[in-house]
Amino acid sequence: MEHYLSLFVRALFIENMALAFFLGMCTFIAISKKVETAIGLGIAVIVVQAITVPANNLIYTWLLRDGALAWAGLPDVDLSFLGLLSYIGIIAAMVQILEMLLDKYVPSLYNALGVFLPLITVNCAIMGGTLFMVERDYNFSESVVYGLGSGFSWALAIALLAGIREKLKYSDVPEGLQGLGITFITIGLMSLGFMSFSGIQL
Amino acid sequence: MSKHTAKEVLLNPIFANNPIGLQILGICSALAVTSNLNTALVMSVALTLVTGFSNLFIAMIRTQIPASIRMIVQMVIIASLVIVVDQILKAYAFSLAKQLSVFVGLIITNCIVMGRAEAFAMQNPPWISFLDGIGNGLGYSAMLITLGVVRELFGAGKLFGVEILSLVKDGGWYVPNGLLLLPPSAFFLIGLIIWGLRTWRTEQKEPAPFRLAPQVSDKEGC
Repeated sequence: MEHYLSLFVRALFIENMALAFFLGMCTFIAISKKVETAIGLGIAVIVVQAITVPANNLIYTWLLRDGALAWAGLPDVDLSFLGLLSYIGIIAAMVQILEMLLDKYVPSLYNALGVFLPLITVNCAIMGGTLFMVERDYNFSESVVYGLGSGFSWALAIALLAGIREKLKYSDVPEGLQGLGITFITIGLMSLGFMSFSGIQL
Repeated sequence: MSKHTAKEVLLNPIFANNPIGLQILGICSALAVTSNLNTALVMSVALTLVTGFSNLFIAMIRTQIPASIRMIVQMVIIASLVIVVDQILKAYAFSLAKQLSVFVGLIITNCIVMGRAEAFAMQNPPWISFLDGIGNGLGYSAMLITLGVVRELFGAGKLFGVEILSLVKDGGWYVPNGLLLLPPSAFFLIGLIIWGLRTWRTEQKEPAPFRLAPQVSDKEGC
């Protein structure tokens, strides 16, 4: 249990998807002007991340890795080069299914998330979570925890940035630095703050 | 739609319409791989080739793709190209491939590739689309290489691992700025580059959402 807890905390703070690995930056910057939308997108990312990382973990363990097809009588087959293609396929399919399910059963949430759901397919944080899971060889239960933790980390980061940007509207930023430039510098400062977590030993 | 000339699509993205500086695309990898020049260079070449060829292939079959499933088709083409790049890197430059870790795979979700395929290759013939892909790749590379040079030269006193500025700890004169090797510095540098670009080319400035009103005393304000 302790192992999973520390994995979660590490994924959430120390290895923050957005601020330590710069994943999902495009959406991170584009959709962080308002706290409400930022939180909506954050929730969508948590849900998708928590589903796709374990799903891809199953695909990797039972179909793709070296010797994974032993159950089908093919112990010498290594399909891991097909990984990238399968993961992105799974992600796209999952997002599509989630969209249809939400539309049918929870229309209020579907309307709240709106355009963000399809955007998530091309969010590098989702793909990155899966690739890190493969690279670090997590087992199934670890991948569930990691998926949740990394999803939360991204949501936390975007909510914080949106909060800062809402306040930033009232400040007098030099011309030319307005908009994109100052946003980058803000993110840099936030990332500097999050680096202080890296001293924690888990 | 106006005709695109080869020179225009190739050179425009480098300064006038830089994918990172102006379109805010593909920043994820721009930051993570630039702490030394080697990885930055490999990443630039990989991305330029993938963008160029994905644009070429998508433009070739653009009239055959049904609109409703075009995303999937584009995704499959891009993913296949990235797998090729990934396998080549693993075969011929294994240590570099290890250093780049997940970021080669993340070219798939790099918005530049997808963005150009959707915005340009779907409407234009193959050859000019290919050049557009290469041009945008070069714009991305220009930014990556600038960052790589600054971060490695001033952060570690080296370029490509060869010592340029002799460090104090080896009896030289240069005190390295360790911050530049850490992730946040990439954000500061990009922020400053954007500031520079926008001061030089003022037409890139974003319109401010609203102006700050001049200071007024309580009675004047309503």
